[in-house]
Amino acid sequence: MYQYNEQDQTLVEERATQYRRQTEDFLKGELTEDQFRALRLRNGLYIQTHAPMLRIAVPYGLLNSKQLRKLAHIAREFDKGYCHFTTRQNVQFNWPELERVPDILDELASVQMHSIQTSGNCMRNTTSDHLAGVAIDEIEDPRPYCEIIRQWTTLHPEFDYLPRKFKIAVSGALQDRAATQLHDIGVHLVKNDAGETGFRILVGGGLGRTPIIGQVIRPFLERKHLLSYLEAILRIYNLFGRRDNKYKARIKILVKETGLEQFSEMVEAEWRQIKDGMELTDERIEVIKAHFTPPLYDANASQDQSLAAQLSANPAFATWYQYNTAAHRVPGYRAAFISLKAPDSPPGDMTDTQLDAVADLADRYSFGKIRSTHRQNLILADVKQADLFTLWQTLTSLKLATPNIGTVTDIICCPGLDFCSLANAGSIGVVQEINEALDNIDYVHDIGDVKINMSGCMNGCAHQSVGHIGILGVDKKGAEWYQITLGGSSENEAAIGERLGPAVARDEVTQAITTILDVYVKQRQEEESFLDMVKRVGITPFKERVYADH
Amino acid sequence: MQIIKDNAIIEDTYTTLADDANLTSGDISISLARWKRDRELLLAHPGKLGVRILAADTTADLASDLKHIHLIELDFADFADGRLFSHAWLLRGRYHYQGEIRATGHYLMDQVFYLSRVGVNAFKPAKAEQLPTILANLHDFSVKYQPSIV
Repeated sequence: MYQYNEQDQTLVEERATQYRRQTEDFLKGELTEDQFRALRLRNGLYIQTHAPMLRIAVPYGLLNSKQLRKLAHIAREFDKGYCHFTTRQNVQFNWPELERVPDILDELASVQMHSIQTSGNCMRNTTSDHLAGVAIDEIEDPRPYCEIIRQWTTLHPEFDYLPRKFKIAVSGALQDRAATQLHDIGVHLVKNDAGETGFRILVGGGLGRTPIIGQVIRPFLERKHLLSYLEAILRIYNLFGRRDNKYKARIKILVKETGLEQFSEMVEAEWRQIKDGMELTDERIEVIKAHFTPPLYDANASQDQSLAAQLSANPAFATWYQYNTAAHRVPGYRAAFISLKAPDSPPGDMTDTQLDAVADLADRYSFGKIRSTHRQNLILADVKQADLFTLWQTLTSLKLATPNIGTVTDIICCPGLDFCSLANAGSIGVVQEINEALDNIDYVHDIGDVKINMSGCMNGCAHQSVGHIGILGVDKKGAEWYQITLGGSSENEAAIGERLGPAVARDEVTQAITTILDVYVKQRQEEESFLDMVKRVGITPFKERVYADH
Repeated sequence: MQIIKDNAIIEDTYTTLADDANLTSGDISISLARWKRDRELLLAHPGKLGVRILAADTTADLASDLKHIHLIELDFADFADGRLFSHAWLLRGRYHYQGEIRATGHYLMDQVFYLSRVGVNAFKPAKAEQLPTILANLHDFSVKYQPSIV
C-alpha cells in the first residue's frame, strides 16, 4: 500500500489548512454561497437534505486498519455512529457539521487521508479492481499506475475547473471489475506482442442521464506516455467540453458530438506536442511499485487440512465460503468479502463498532489491509484458508457475513430521498422491501448472479442503467415512481439496460422485481444466467408478466 | 490602482479601453476582438499593448502577434470557467509568451495558487484590500505533484 512521504503529508496538511480558511471566510461572509459551494465541493462537502454530507477519498479502494479505526472515530465524534461506502470506493458521512469539517480533515490528514476532489467539476478519485494484486486473471497489478494517476490528478492546477466531473478507472485483469467502460477515461493494462506492458485507453463512457459506453481511443499506449496522454485528453476536454448546459457537459457528450475519429485526432495532435519531456521513467514506476510488493505469504498455507473439514461439517460456513470468498493467486489463500448488504441495514453502511472490529480482523488475518469494492462491500484480500472459519464466525457475530455477494440481494443503492437533496424518490426503503421479499437464501442462491442497482434519481449514483436489473426513482406529480430496466452490465460485455415499460408505483416495485425473477426461474435454460436469458429472449416475456394486471 | 506582479504590489500603468472607446496615450489594454479589428492602428500605438482574452477566445489567434503584446489579461466572467487556465498554459507552454499574464475579473482568491502554476504572474484585485490576501494565497502550497508551467 502506498505510504506517504514528507511531500505527500505536507500536501494534505496544507490542503486542510486551506480548507479551514475557506470555511472561515464563508462563515465571516467573505465568500458567497456560490463561491463557497465550488470550494467545498472540491473538498467533498455537499449540503444535503438534513445536513452536509462529507465524502472522503479512498484511493482505488485501499485502506489500512489504522485508517479504518480513524473512520470509526470520526463516525463516533462527528457523525451519528456510522458511515456509508459508495460505488466509487469512497466513504461518506451523512451528518457532519459544516463548522467542524476542517477538524475532520485534520483527523484524516493524521492517517494519510483526505477528501480532495471527491466532488465538484474536477478529476475525481481514481478507482480500480478490488482484487488488484491478488486476482488470478491479472495481467499486472494496476495499483502503482492508479497511484501515479492519483498524484497527477491531485490539485492539478490546469484541470480543477472542468466543464463537469471527470472519473478515471483502471483495470489490470481480463475481467473488468472496475466498470472501466463507464468512466470518462478507462485504462486497461495490456501487453503488446513484445510482452511490454502498456495501456488501452477508452474515453467517453459514463452513466447519469445519458449512459454511454466508452470507446477505445488508443489500443496501445506505451507505459511511459501515460500522463502525457491523459493531459492531452484533459486539455481538449477543458477547452472544448460544453459549458452551456450541465447535462451536456461530460466528456461523453463532447466525444459523441465531435465523433470519435475527430476527437481522437484532436487528442493525438495535442499529445504529439507534449509527449516528449513528460515521460514516466522506469525508475519512477519502480519506486511506486515498491509500495505494492506482495505481503509475506505463508508458504505452507495450502498444507492446511482444517478448511476442508470445516466446509463439510458446517453448511452455513460452506455457503459463505462459496459466495463470499474469491480465488487468490497464492495457494492456500482466499480473498474474503465483508458483505455490507445485511437484509436489515442500508446497503454500504457500517457502524463505528463494525469499522473497529473489521480493523482488528484485518490486522489479525489480512496484513492490516482492507479494500472497498464498487459494489459497496469490503474485502480482506489475503486470508489464509485456515483462518477463514474463525473469520466467518466473527463476521457472522458482526452481521457482516450475509452470504449474498454477487447475488440478487447484493444491491447497489444510493442514499436516495432519505438523505440526498437531488433525489426524486426513496431507494433504501425499496431495497429493504426487496430484501424482505427475498428472505429465502436458498432461492437467492438458486437465482445466482443477478445484479440489482437502485438509484433515487437520474443522476444515477447507483449505476442503475448498467444493473442486470436497474431501478430508477422518478418523481411523478409529487409521488415516487420507479422505472425498471433489464439487461445492463458494467463488466466486459458492458451494456445499457433496456426499459421494461412505464414506471411502476412505489407499492408495486417489489412485486415487479419478484415477478421478473420468477419469469427467469421458470424460463431459463439449464445453467443460463439471468443476463444471458435476457439477451436470448429480450424483455418481452418479462414485460408481459410485470404489466399483466395493468 | 495597484496590482500584484511577480509577487510584489505595483502600480498598474494600463488603461482598460472598451471596444468603442477612443485610443488614449500610454499603456492600453483592449479586447482580442478589437485587436483583430484594429491591429494595424494599434501596432503604431506609442504605449505598451495589452490584450484581454475571454474564456471562449482562442489563444492560437494571438500566437503570431505575441511579440507585439506586453500584457495578456485573462478576463474571468465566471470563476468556474476553467478554459482560461488552459489558455494561460498554452500561452506559456506552447507559444512561449514571455510577457505579463494577468488575471482580472471574477476569479477567486482561492484560485491564485493554481493560476500562478499555469503561468499567470500578475493579479488585478476587485478591491484594493484583497492585495495582501492574493500575496498570501500564492503560497497556499509548498509542494506539487505534477509538472505545469511553474
